[in-house]
Amino acid sequence: MSEQTGEPRVIYCRCAYAQVVPPEVKDGVLEHLSAGGRAFEAVADLCEMSAQRDGRLVEIAGGGPVKIAACHRRAVLWLFHAAGAPLAAEGVEVVNMRTLSAAAASARLDAAEIDSAAD
Amino acid sequence: MAIAPHVQVLIYEGSGAAELAPARRFAVMASLLDRGYAVRVAGRGGRGVGEGALLVLGEFGGNAPLLEDAAGERAIATLDISGVEDGKVADVVDRQRGERVMNQPGMWKPWFPVIDYSRCTNCMQCLSFCLFDVYGVSGEGKIQVQNNDNCKTNCPACSRVCPEVAIMFPKYSGGPINGEPVSESGVQRQAMKVDISALLGGDIYSRLRQRSDEAKDRFSRERDASKALAERKKCLTKLAADGFIPADVLASLPSPEEIQRKAGEAAARAKAALEMQGGAEA
Repeated sequence: MSEQTGEPRVIYCRCAYAQVVPPEVKDGVLEHLSAGGRAFEAVADLCEMSAQRDGRLVEIAGGGPVKIAACHRRAVLWLFHAAGAPLAAEGVEVVNMRTLSAAAASARLDAAEIDSAAD
Repeated sequence: MAIAPHVQVLIYEGSGAAELAPARRFAVMASLLDRGYAVRVAGRGGRGVGEGALLVLGEFGGNAPLLEDAAGERAIATLDISGVEDGKVADVVDRQRGERVMNQPGMWKPWFPVIDYSRCTNCMQCLSFCLFDVYGVSGEGKIQVQNNDNCKTNCPACSRVCPEVAIMFPKYSGGPINGEPVSESGVQRQAMKVDISALLGGDIYSRLRQRSDEAKDRFSRERDASKALAERKKCLTKLAADGFIPADVLASLPSPEEIQRKAGEAAARAKAALEMQGGAEA
């Protein structure tokens, strides 16, 4: 379990309510995650969750180190903040599927270390 | 549209259920996510998030177990997907969801401004600019987004006039409005104070004609007062042309006089907030 091994949790955002993440990237990353043996949570759309102030964002934000496969870091951080679920300054890596290839994004999710400044 | 909590789907591959082939697992997850469901695969550790109804999918071979939440807080249903084609699983889940309402991807877009408070100076320009009362002021005098649902889909006009590039629309195509890192060298630091009455009462079209001369680089193309004006005009025109709002609502859209009045009210609220802010800092 990620809590036991100290690995950061992985959250995957599908951006289902708008197609701003390249389909080949989000499909490639999901394919990689679903083929691997690692636990991850897949959500339909963080923007939609923020708009609804979905309580799961609080759980994600408060659950310790996490890697979030989504879009731009600045947008993700403040989406959580807008929902009353601010992310910690450290221990959070946002893997940007709008700018990275599927392979590069998957590699960042697999990496043990957390790059809190990545965008 | 406030709809919560969601239906969450758990793909179960533990004892009593077959492990899905990776390609099937991917196809099922992708189709469920694209319908708006949150999905997790059980049996891999990790911790489930959430609240709301839980639907457990698995290849149970015709013997889907009956499950219930020991705490009695969540409704749990099980669904045997043995023999169900990848592309049909989401249909089965939709049927199982029953009357629980969800926002439908493709039918609705989460479009609303997101404030980057590390950049925001609380100048209240967005509050003054927005015609639809999306913005408000907190009890502490801080600008905040208070009415997401009032925001007009695909209209990022307030972001274009923010002098600090602090307003994002994550679903927008281009940066920095979409949340891309802000290039400090490109920021036009001068305050772009927009006279709301001039915007709607002045010669809109001559301003639009000037736009191409004014747009010298990517940043200025993406955010300038005249483009913001065009966006505002476009939003209103589109609403009318597409019939998104009924005639009586259209008729109630602000007239120039009403806008003047709203601008006056917004200015008063902004002034009060700024005075409160100044008092707190003193």
